[in-house]
Amino acid sequence: MKPALFEYRRAESLDNALELLEEGGVDAKPLAGGQSLVPLLNMRFLRPSRLVDLNGIEGLDRIERENGSVRLGALVRQSALDRSPLVRERCPLLAECVPHIGHFVTRNRGTVGGSIAHADGGAELPVALVALGGTVVTQSRSGRRQLPAQEFFVTHFTTALEPGELVIHTTWPGASSGWGYAFEELAQRHGDFALAIAACALRVEEGRVAEARLCLGAVTDRPTLVDVRLAGRPVDAEAAREAAESARAAVEPVATMHASTEYLRHLTGVLTERAVLRAGRNAAEVAA
Amino acid sequence: MNEITVTVNGRHRRELVEPRLLLSDFIRHTLGLTGTHVGCEHGVCGACTVRLDGVAVRSCLVFAVQVDGAELETVEGLAGGGELTPLQAAFREAHALQCGFCTPGILMAAADLLDRDEAPSRAEITELLSGHLCRCTGYEPIVDAIAAASEGKA
Repeated sequence: MKPALFEYRRAESLDNALELLEEGGVDAKPLAGGQSLVPLLNMRFLRPSRLVDLNGIEGLDRIERENGSVRLGALVRQSALDRSPLVRERCPLLAECVPHIGHFVTRNRGTVGGSIAHADGGAELPVALVALGGTVVTQSRSGRRQLPAQEFFVTHFTTALEPGELVIHTTWPGASSGWGYAFEELAQRHGDFALAIAACALRVEEGRVAEARLCLGAVTDRPTLVDVRLAGRPVDAEAAREAAESARAAVEPVATMHASTEYLRHLTGVLTERAVLRAGRNAAEVAA
Repeated sequence: MNEITVTVNGRHRRELVEPRLLLSDFIRHTLGLTGTHVGCEHGVCGACTVRLDGVAVRSCLVFAVQVDGAELETVEGLAGGGELTPLQAAFREAHALQCGFCTPGILMAAADLLDRDEAPSRAEITELLSGHLCRCTGYEPIVDAIAAASEGKA
């Protein structure tokens, strides 16, 4: 499988990339790590007229602390997250989701911004970002925008990005006292596309949940927050079972050749229950 | 056509490439280094893994035009002077290959892992191998070989 013809342009800077994209029109595509885009090109599902290679742009590969959050440049490689003490300390949910993203070798090349902009409904990073209530920052020739992650993802492979607009970084709220996190995923084999994902972030105060965010992925067309009605309750087996019930009721997964709708709904419940219980335990450990 | 300069296994090469030429095809067809194997051409099988500036990547998911100025290492670069690397020797010792189709890709990925992690656990090695399809060995001998190579190094 070989890609169709395209024109290749290497961007020297962010401004240059935006110029090259605008000049290239609607058929121009930005190329970051290429771990999702290049397979689509090789299979000729996509035939862009121009590829604008972002890999030479300086300054977009930084992992930085920003107030209480962690700011990830769009060109941060997924493998860099694994090795970052800042990510491990400040964003346990993100650290936990990384090993589920593709494989060791694809994470070496795949970028955070690329995964966010590609918006595969089964991808891990978008689910983690929405679960944390993070932000996507974009840049176009007409300016910079800051969007809550929840609003950024529209549906399968579709985001709020306008033509000629690029994701330049994402902001990941950092852990603070009382918060616990858990990321649960099931795939047929490690590194395969997820069958279902449940990510949970919750804050426990005096033994009861003060705030909870539960985000589902892969069984929905985009990262989807579900109200699991945990507020005011202790995180116990009953609360987790009821959360699972809410999650099951919130989705209508599309059956694939590997899994029926019924099975995927069941799985959504199982992963939600596990995520809630483990996030609750983690919150208790942090508090202790 | 774009002109690129690249260091391949320590040797400088200057070549003309069409933008859509995959790095895997550049390595095999333009450079004639057929040790790098091509399986699926969409990033699933891991056979085409090489090291780009020291980092293991799928060469079927990179375009040759992107590696201008970079340093490339393929499986041919491992055994300098005909002497097997400890990792290669461990593969032979543990019977970690039969047909050998997946081997070059696994060697390049494992070499990257061992450079970064002195003593990877069997779980980490297994996770690495999830990105490489092998239809002969059942993987266990490959895990043994990589573990043995890391022990030998420590």
